[in-house]
Amino acid sequence: MSGITELGVAELRDGIRTGKFSAREVADAFIVKVSQGKALNAFIVETPEHALAAAKAADEAIAKGEPLKPLSGVPLGMKDLFATKGVQTTAASHMLEGFKPVYESTVSQKLWDAGAGMLGKLNLDQFAMGSSNETSYFGNVISPWRRGGGDNAPLAPGGSSGGSSSAISARLVPGATGTDTGGSIRQPAAFTGIAGIKPTYGRCSRYGIVAFASSLDQAGPMARDVRDCAILLENMAGFDPKDSTSLNLPVPNWEEALSGDLTGKKIGIPAEYLIDGTPTEIAKLWEAGIAWVKDAGAEVIEVSLPHTKYALPTYYIIAPAEASSNLARYDGVRYGLRELADGQNLQDMYAATRAAGFGPEVQRRILIGTYVLSAGFYDAYFTKAQKVRTLIAQDFENAFSMCDLLLTPTAPSSAFALGEKSADPLAMYLNDVFTVPASLAGLPAMSVPAGLDAGGLPLGLQIIGRPLDEQGVLNAGLAIEQRAGFAARPEQWW
Amino acid sequence: MSVDTATVKKVASLARIAISDADAERLAPELNNILGWIEQLGEVDTSSVEPMTAVIPNKLRLREDVVTEGNQRDAVLQNAPQGEHGFFTVPKVVE
Repeated sequence: MSGITELGVAELRDGIRTGKFSAREVADAFIVKVSQGKALNAFIVETPEHALAAAKAADEAIAKGEPLKPLSGVPLGMKDLFATKGVQTTAASHMLEGFKPVYESTVSQKLWDAGAGMLGKLNLDQFAMGSSNETSYFGNVISPWRRGGGDNAPLAPGGSSGGSSSAISARLVPGATGTDTGGSIRQPAAFTGIAGIKPTYGRCSRYGIVAFASSLDQAGPMARDVRDCAILLENMAGFDPKDSTSLNLPVPNWEEALSGDLTGKKIGIPAEYLIDGTPTEIAKLWEAGIAWVKDAGAEVIEVSLPHTKYALPTYYIIAPAEASSNLARYDGVRYGLRELADGQNLQDMYAATRAAGFGPEVQRRILIGTYVLSAGFYDAYFTKAQKVRTLIAQDFENAFSMCDLLLTPTAPSSAFALGEKSADPLAMYLNDVFTVPASLAGLPAMSVPAGLDAGGLPLGLQIIGRPLDEQGVLNAGLAIEQRAGFAARPEQWW
Repeated sequence: MSVDTATVKKVASLARIAISDADAERLAPELNNILGWIEQLGEVDTSSVEPMTAVIPNKLRLREDVVTEGNQRDAVLQNAPQGEHGFFTVPKVVE
């Protein structure tokens, strides 16, 4: 049946349930799409057999009249940062090329337990370090979007979850997992005209996610709309004894409680997010977003987050520091690459392995992290950053004493061309200016597609909520989605 | 403060990443650029601020002191680049 791959997670789930199509038909349709989408380089490994097995289980349950699971027969993409048992898991690095975990990440296990199938492992920035998907050892991911006017320059799908964003917006998968350390779900979602939510830190287990910066890393769903994000998040979140920072709280029924009615809600507009150089289109879109949430019944007030400008430099101390510690595990002994020339000793082996196994951006961040943690500099950099982080979190607390949610742009620009920013690490880092603050404060935040720029490229709006208020974030996202009427999609060229 | 190539080599050595002289030459200005930008945090008065330790308040749990996933030697060793007789192997470290 054609047209299946036009459907989202909710429609696929419901269609399988009501017999409109079989789970096998769904799996087959998406497997074909994935195989035709190779020009996007969104997948590192394709796993049609996994999707087909989930489809078979769903169709057999239907035939026997057994109850279906929440995601029975829905095929998904899995960011290649999640350990999947027996399926290569690389974090897009040479270091882990060929690594087949002997265990499953908690988040992916939850999705399989809910009946979902896996279409493949999605490409990303190496060890999730990047904002454009140009640091993958397995090549750049290409956005399905192109600028108008015959400009065919390949564009960045955002990062680090760029395989996820590219595959969803190209309709190769109806939904996918992402992870977000400083904006790696929200910025790629904004660049490709899809939705994505980073939940409160601790909602999703980090067990089996290749670690980048553990005090910031959080998994979340990416999909075409807000409802699909709610459905996926319900099936990813939940307490896990295997993660010491996992929150021991019940998972709310986010989908059931979705409502675009914002009556009684106060939405704050942080003045500091209007930064120099913000394109007028983004400022205008923000204005439109304010009008939309007012139309949905919310009251809009101006708030101040005075330490906003310090969020990025704080992040670029804390995240590399944690990364340098986390990535110390890649030593060429227990798993992954080993480089050992004849006559070399153990120390030589470590250094050669890590030089060969880590790409330039990963090495750069490990070096920064090692430097800021080194004797004599620890207090000046790392402790200082953790203090500023406290102030950034307090800014949000103060704002949330006056309002329920915050509305901001997701990124300071639309998608840029591949290669446009890769020569200047700092220019690339600045792309996360609007997403990093909520990460530092552990807050739930989502990006929803809201409009197009003059070049016809998608722009997103971000909603940030109080800790644990994913529902508020999703509802405001829904209110914007209902009013933005975002229906644009990339023209198929791949 | 400014990072010179000797410092880059020292940091790379601490991080156990082999770098060439050319790498160090290239990395020094890059790292200086990033560290210089980071130093704007010096403007923030943090004299009465505690460093953040937990982003979301959450009590660390204790678990029962029991083996949960034992006897998995083969699984543990399965991805080792080199293993012998049920052990990870490394170049000789004691002469």
